[in-house]
Amino acid sequence: MPRLAHQLDALDRRLIDGYQRDLPVCERPYAAMAETLGLAESELLERLQRLQHLGVLSRVGPVFDHAKAGASLLAAVAVPEDEREAYAELINLAPGVNHNYAREHDYNLWFVMTAPDEQQLERRLDHLEETLGRPLLRLPMLEGFHIDLGFPIPWDELEDA
Amino acid sequence: MSDSTCLSEAPTDAVLDERDRAIVLATQSGLPLVSDPWAAVGEQVGMSAEEVRRRMARMQELGVIRRIAAVPNHYRLGYVANGMTVWDVDDTHIDRLGREVARLPGVSHCYRRPRHLPEWPYNLFAMLHGRSREEVERQAEELAALLGDACRSHRILYSSRILKKTGLRLAKRHAETDRSAEKT
Repeated sequence: MPRLAHQLDALDRRLIDGYQRDLPVCERPYAAMAETLGLAESELLERLQRLQHLGVLSRVGPVFDHAKAGASLLAAVAVPEDEREAYAELINLAPGVNHNYAREHDYNLWFVMTAPDEQQLERRLDHLEETLGRPLLRLPMLEGFHIDLGFPIPWDELEDA
Repeated sequence: MSDSTCLSEAPTDAVLDERDRAIVLATQSGLPLVSDPWAAVGEQVGMSAEEVRRRMARMQELGVIRRIAAVPNHYRLGYVANGMTVWDVDDTHIDRLGREVARLPGVSHCYRRPRHLPEWPYNLFAMLHGRSREEVERQAEELAALLGDACRSHRILYSSRILKKTGLRLAKRHAETDRSAEKT
């Protein structure tokens, strides 16, 4: 069970809370971050490296809007549970697939397909559908009410867990 | 608290050129943790630090980059339950309700998507994160209460396994050589 929250000090937490958005695109972004936190740039970089190494941070960098950077679509497919891994591998090999989750439902594989534009997206999905030999449930985003802006982490509650 | 945004699916005119795409490819798995990350990215893509920074700033203005951030891995922090909740919501109320759902704590994403009848009646998706399934179920109950009679049915689809998770993988136009997808 990951209980890494215990290994993070107050500064780590401020860092994670404060930079889920708005890392500055200035000449020396980490120096600017460090100044805000009252650290030397080298200390900050070490901290970020440690947090990344622990896996607490997946990465430091841009979060792209798939729809604007190109085309993307959530898709699902129902496959026999005992052949799930093999199908998942086929999906992962297809160009443009980024997320792929097994979920507990008849539609048991869920993934996001991306492409530079809508036409190529369509082609990729058609091609993958053919490879899998199973119909894909295609679920484009029609409207986004709340889009991945990061969310506040209730550190106190994590301590109690 | 995150603000709730409402973006329509307007066709985007945010055209990226080849040089922008090169930057997207070089940065989607994260920026290098060095003093001048733009120069390090520039070296990879054959541009000056200044050009990388200028193009990044432009992509941010266009909304192609939503945010530049330290992206936490919620799973590693103890958020081990991740439930994709799907709801069959009355179309006449979905815009208002979608915005309200998006404001609930624990909701990280909230989207309207098309139904595919008869096998898929759900048109509202809300991603819930909790430290246990019980917590996710409580959040889902709250959501159900908010939707009330406007919702005919719903499901929680827990992820049983992450089979692939990367940042955006913007495919290369000519050569599909980008196979370095890291697995989580």
